[in-house]
Amino acid sequence: MQKQHVVVRFCGDSGDGMQLTGTMFASLSAILGNEISTLPDFPAEIRAPQGTLGGVSGFQVQLGTGVYTPGDQADVIVAMNAAALKVCTLGSDFNKVGAQWKTESSMFHRDAVIIVDTNALTPKDLEKALYQTDNPFTELGIPESVQIIPVALTELTKEALKDMGLDNKSILKSRNMFALGLVCWLFNRPVDKAVAFLESKFQKKPQLIAPNVKVLTDGFNYGQNLALNIQTMNVDTSHDLPQGTYTSIAGNKATAWGLIAAAEKCGKRLFLGSYPITPATDIMHELAARKDMGVMVVQAEDEIAGVCTAIGAAFAGDLAATSTSGPGLSLKSEAIGLAVIAELPLVVIDVQRGGPSTGLPTKTEQTDLLQAIYGRNGESPAVVIAASSSANCFDYAYQACKIALENMTPVILLTDTYLANGTGLWRIPKLSELPDIHSQSVPKELKGNYNPALRDERGVRYWAYPGMEGYEHRNIGLERDAEKGTISTNPENHQRMVLARQAKIQQVANQIPLLQVQGNPQSDTLLIGWGSTEGHLLAAAEQLDCALAHFNYIHPLPKNTEEVLRQYQRIVVCELNSGQFAAYLRSKMKGLQLEQYNEMTAQPFSVDRIVKIINQASLQSN
Amino acid sequence: MEASQFKSNQYVKFCPGCGDHAICMALQKAMAEVGIPTHQTVVISGIGCSSRMPHYLNTYGFNTIHGRGAAIATGVKTSHPELSVWQMTGDGDCLAIGGNHFIHELRRNVDLNICLFNNRIYGLTKGQYSPTSPKGFVSKSSPFGTVERPFIPAELVFGARGTFFARTLDVDMPTTVDCMVQGHQHKGASVIECLVNCVIFNNGTHNWIADREMRAEHSIVLRHGEKMIFGKEKDKGLALDYSQGLIPQLIVVPANDPRVLTHDATMQDPTLHRMLALMGQDIPASSPNSLITSSPQLPIALGVIRNVAEETYDIAVNQQINEVREKSKVKTFDQLTQTLEQWEVNH
Repeated sequence: MQKQHVVVRFCGDSGDGMQLTGTMFASLSAILGNEISTLPDFPAEIRAPQGTLGGVSGFQVQLGTGVYTPGDQADVIVAMNAAALKVCTLGSDFNKVGAQWKTESSMFHRDAVIIVDTNALTPKDLEKALYQTDNPFTELGIPESVQIIPVALTELTKEALKDMGLDNKSILKSRNMFALGLVCWLFNRPVDKAVAFLESKFQKKPQLIAPNVKVLTDGFNYGQNLALNIQTMNVDTSHDLPQGTYTSIAGNKATAWGLIAAAEKCGKRLFLGSYPITPATDIMHELAARKDMGVMVVQAEDEIAGVCTAIGAAFAGDLAATSTSGPGLSLKSEAIGLAVIAELPLVVIDVQRGGPSTGLPTKTEQTDLLQAIYGRNGESPAVVIAASSSANCFDYAYQACKIALENMTPVILLTDTYLANGTGLWRIPKLSELPDIHSQSVPKELKGNYNPALRDERGVRYWAYPGMEGYEHRNIGLERDAEKGTISTNPENHQRMVLARQAKIQQVANQIPLLQVQGNPQSDTLLIGWGSTEGHLLAAAEQLDCALAHFNYIHPLPKNTEEVLRQYQRIVVCELNSGQFAAYLRSKMKGLQLEQYNEMTAQPFSVDRIVKIINQASLQSN
Repeated sequence: MEASQFKSNQYVKFCPGCGDHAICMALQKAMAEVGIPTHQTVVISGIGCSSRMPHYLNTYGFNTIHGRGAAIATGVKTSHPELSVWQMTGDGDCLAIGGNHFIHELRRNVDLNICLFNNRIYGLTKGQYSPTSPKGFVSKSSPFGTVERPFIPAELVFGARGTFFARTLDVDMPTTVDCMVQGHQHKGASVIECLVNCVIFNNGTHNWIADREMRAEHSIVLRHGEKMIFGKEKDKGLALDYSQGLIPQLIVVPANDPRVLTHDATMQDPTLHRMLALMGQDIPASSPNSLITSSPQLPIALGVIRNVAEETYDIAVNQQINEVREKSKVKTFDQLTQTLEQWEVNH
């Protein structure tokens, strides 16, 4: 069976190694030429009781060609136990008593294939997963069109490893490799490639290679020899990818590496002040591990100190950043205002999660947009940009640094849980390919006559910092005199400074790319999105044969935004919030009719659902 | 260097008679004595009267936001340990809104010189009680007297494992300059509590030691290696009395008593430093903390009370980076990307 793309979901208990299995399968597919997009789905609890619904950990990957998202519903499910089978079947209904498979909520569609470990469906397993009967398939109402492959995964793994002298616990931990072997067979993956991949994966733990290879191979052969009554699948390799060297990268890692690249490019030390917060913490982890690159990380006493230590480092001449999520952005607001008025370069990364307050820390949402644009006291303009894929978190983190350093301003980079934890293919750039960064430096002629209000022709103030002789000055969070840089309470001066700060942010529009329309630009209908929804909206636009304008630059907007938007009869702004970007666009473009499609489920969009809804009559509009 | 080199061209706007004038002059003298050039000296402040100080010093300065000077100074010093970094803060800025950053800069032992101006009042917001106002203090926000227990700054410093604590008084210029210079020389977070008078909202708060004669009787300037002697006639000394139960008590004895203590600011154990720093610190009678030794006969301790050498955060952070960097083969972005699992795509 030849497929353009397929969606595979691995799910099992937290301890079953589903993230590793999924990552390995995804990487293997990518190496074999598929495009990939992955999304891990961890339980909120760190260690939920084994075998329970709360402990189910999932990993979804879409592979093939034309892959923009991890996929809505799975074509293939690997369920390692009874709880995983239930969670996958019922999706968001998993803890409703008596719920059954429904296309709207299930994680797989009615023609899916399910590989399930029959050894993990004992009465005890069913009880732990809160089944009412002893037949899980009937109880869950799994449609007959779904093909179930029952495999005694646990027994077969024990059999495979019986002569290896391993203890029972280690044997059980290898079940995931049997499943991986089976999936490799199902997708006609050459087993030797998988073995080679495993060998390199366990380079540092060579004692694990032999047993894992044995189980993987046995899993593969099991599928092949038993000639299970199922068609294997071939997935198209990509023909759209530009040539180059690729890896698969998660958004948080890509963000961290974007900062590292920018620091090296501009010849400054990278300083991160941060405080642990889900889902942003991996950025700090990644950078704390990069002392080899000279990165300095201060794990501060709180969110405020995170941004304030960064402001201190920026004042002292470093490339300074802070990473956080929504609640942390709230706490940092006042200090970001300080960086606005003091006109210091600062990168603020907000990995958005469900809100308000503590909200849904592990879920995804686009609800910090207006907070990023407006959420500070006084007239406090800052640049706001958003990444739109896990891999391009690298590019936008790099851009955030470039804009901050070249324009002496805080830049808020918005990503979210979906981008942060998901992975996608990343073409690895060489540093020399990346755009130059010219951090704003002070002309030598100003030595002895410098003050922190002096600006260049773009309206960007000059940057002098401690250690530079002859440029001693006092910077302030108070309003400053537009000429002398000292404290001023003069009314006209304040107005002049408010306008100067606005103009400085506005001129950044001269440095950013124009808005490009994707999909079918000739259509009457234009979808609009921003940030992490690009993959879903692009897939939807292709199915709808309509146009898509997707925004990475939010404040300021690309200069041609209004011109592009006015070309379309029907415009639908699609967001994972209640309409923040739509409200922002309306405030910028008078009389523009915008329909809205909003989801507040703290989940990524479903392409199918967007297509269905846009095809219906017009949506809520202004 | 000369004190005048550290004077900025700004008109000093503290109220006439404010203790901050004297501290400002002392700072300029101390910085000249220390001799770090103006372009390598950084003064960070938060908000409040004391936080105006950077404007009057011809160095690099940053008058930031309320309570956050400690965190911003930590960023400056950690990223650039070669700079001499001073933090100006008040009892509200440091101990109320900025309390968290204060204890953590001390815990980390960031090499900062922290001048904590204590006038036991909020001046810039026009007269509310502060975390150091005594219980019962009447102010605009406590018209019937505060019911709060105050902080004793020294106690917070020791509680946060501070390595340097000095106390001085606005009108005692030589002690102030000396404390600042020693604070600079100390590697680590140096807290210099400056008792200052707020002439408008809390005039006379330190009166019982402000007058020269009163001061001689009611305070003692501690000097490392010297006997603890005080009094107008240098006739009194401090000793430990072990006869009052389990916990020894500080007592005043004649100066020639063989029990008179010699000050050792470098003792690792902070017990005696704490006892000395708490002398005369008006603990409310209702305080359940019976460990605190306070007696009206005991003088207030001025000078450098604790001065202990410990590894500083800024140096440790930079050293670790340098060590990892030296050992690592990966030094550039292009080398870093080589460490990733990767594959070629050719069509």
